[in-house]
Amino acid sequence: MADTTTPTRPSRLAEFWQYFSENRGAVIGLYVFAFFVILALGADFIAPHDPTVQNRSATLQPPFWQEGGSLEYLLGTDPLGRDILSRLLHGARYSFFVGVVVVVIASFGGIVIGLVAGFAPKWLDTIIMRIMDIVLSFPSLLLALVLVAILGPSLLNAMIAIAIVLQPHYVRLTRAAVMTERSKDYVIASKVAGAKLTRLMFKTVLPNCLAPIIVQAALSFSNAILDVAALGFLGMGAQPPTPEWGTMLAEAREFILRAWWVVTFPGLAILITVLSINLMGDGLRDALDPKLKRS
Amino acid sequence: MLRYLLSKLWTFVPTFIGVTIISFAFIRVLPGDPIIVMAGERGVTPERYQELMHQFGFDQPIHVQFWNYLTGVLQGDLGTSYVTKKPVWDEFFALFPATLELSICAIIIAIALGIPAGVIAAVNRGKFFDRALMSTALIGYSMPIFWWALLLIIVFSGNLGWTPVSGRISLMFFFDNVTGFMLIDSLLSGQKGAFASAVHHLVLPSIVLATIPLAVIARQTRSAMLEVLSEDYIRTARAKGLSPLRVNGLHALRNAMIPVITVIGLSVGTLLAGAILTETIFSWPGIGKWMVDSIFRRDYPVVQGGLLLVAVAVMLVNLVVDLLYGLINPKIRKR
Repeated sequence: MADTTTPTRPSRLAEFWQYFSENRGAVIGLYVFAFFVILALGADFIAPHDPTVQNRSATLQPPFWQEGGSLEYLLGTDPLGRDILSRLLHGARYSFFVGVVVVVIASFGGIVIGLVAGFAPKWLDTIIMRIMDIVLSFPSLLLALVLVAILGPSLLNAMIAIAIVLQPHYVRLTRAAVMTERSKDYVIASKVAGAKLTRLMFKTVLPNCLAPIIVQAALSFSNAILDVAALGFLGMGAQPPTPEWGTMLAEAREFILRAWWVVTFPGLAILITVLSINLMGDGLRDALDPKLKRS
Repeated sequence: MLRYLLSKLWTFVPTFIGVTIISFAFIRVLPGDPIIVMAGERGVTPERYQELMHQFGFDQPIHVQFWNYLTGVLQGDLGTSYVTKKPVWDEFFALFPATLELSICAIIIAIALGIPAGVIAAVNRGKFFDRALMSTALIGYSMPIFWWALLLIIVFSGNLGWTPVSGRISLMFFFDNVTGFMLIDSLLSGQKGAFASAVHHLVLPSIVLATIPLAVIARQTRSAMLEVLSEDYIRTARAKGLSPLRVNGLHALRNAMIPVITVIGLSVGTLLAGAILTETIFSWPGIGKWMVDSIFRRDYPVVQGGLLLVAVAVMLVNLVVDLLYGLINPKIRKR
């Protein structure tokens, strides 16, 4: 029997998934990331202990496979007798929360400014891009550090500072994409048809500029997690007893030569999370950015 | 070329003024009265407060303050540290060589290992070496370097006892500060073992600082090489019967270098950000540690001046990179 259905184009999502899944690392990254997200969401149920409860009779206990460790504290305890595993699980929440908030603020602000710069008259464009150049000429961590020092050290201020520091990348990227799209026929057609400027910006051009922005979002997600941890490590991020990974490392610093586990596990958690996001980022780039494909 | 140089220098001016405004505005525009903050928990009497306001010029209109600041900056006057009472300018240049020494060693490690790694990966595309090198590069790229530093200290200083934990040189040695570069000064001093001690102190911090640039350079070199290797002239070179070493090393690598140089230039900012963490962990007396300490001490003139000088340093390096491009690639110059 003859097949009468005309072959349809695979849906965009299916096409995306096909390219994305060709990159084995990206798929592994996605699974690891999803696993960590589930752990973070379920931290209340999974964590064997309260992350802030101190047990003075079990300080600096090694992980269970080492002599002196017990199954009660699988990954050991910190200098105050808190369960490291529970703190890590709860800490994952902070990291993901930070990543999401920072990316949302930075990308939203950056996209709007970038669109404005791309459509604005030349003088305004020049001013906006100069300001971005200025922000970019400060090393990002230093600028964030100074911002937090002035706003006062807290997780919220650390997030704001990092969002400000990451924003210029979105502005540049969006503007560059707008510049190439703006002179294309479909945009001119839309303009001739009487589309308003806001419609041109957000409905006509923006969807066609999204690919590099999504890749950048993945990159800055991992950057945000690293930077917040770095600020926490320097004492300028989340404040103790918050079980944020960087703050945990800072508290553990003086014990590094006595108790390797208090230092090793929080850092490992940061590394694995960031690595999984970067793996996904590479996959996203392969799938979304045809120019960089298969390079 | 002169025109290109001038046009580049011209864009430098507004950026410089902007950077000055930002470093100036930080202390005045954001919430928190600097004098109250400086006084800390002890507080100040209203008379003393007025006196300090006048001393620091905070009682003048904001544009006058900025003008005084800008003219001061252009004359090399960045104010005086609240804590040490020394000019910020002098402090910066006393500590800068330490950061420079560390950064130069780090970038040498990153280039010396990163470019060969990228070339090897590109030549063996899809094979074991490529996968192994690129996985390692991605791990390096994702590394929280403050944790990496602690791990290296645990292994090499704690367990093996090979390297010291902090400082630039063993306290046993004492000699004049000639260049500010410990490696050079220790050689000049002629003391036995001084140079070895300086190297020992430098190894771990340089490795830590080199990690991310190394990963970035390796990844960039690989992708630039892959692009070049598919060009016709490479096939011609191969067909001529040139040795693979000559084709890959000379013909391909030379043309793959432009994007790699960009990345090396861009990693200067990364290096300075990394220096903040690395210097703090290894108690390395450089700009990064100085800035962090000043931020904690609320030593605002230092934070302000340091921020400005660091930004100018990054801008100067970017300018040099831009000019290098013009030299390497005449096409860019004409644009």
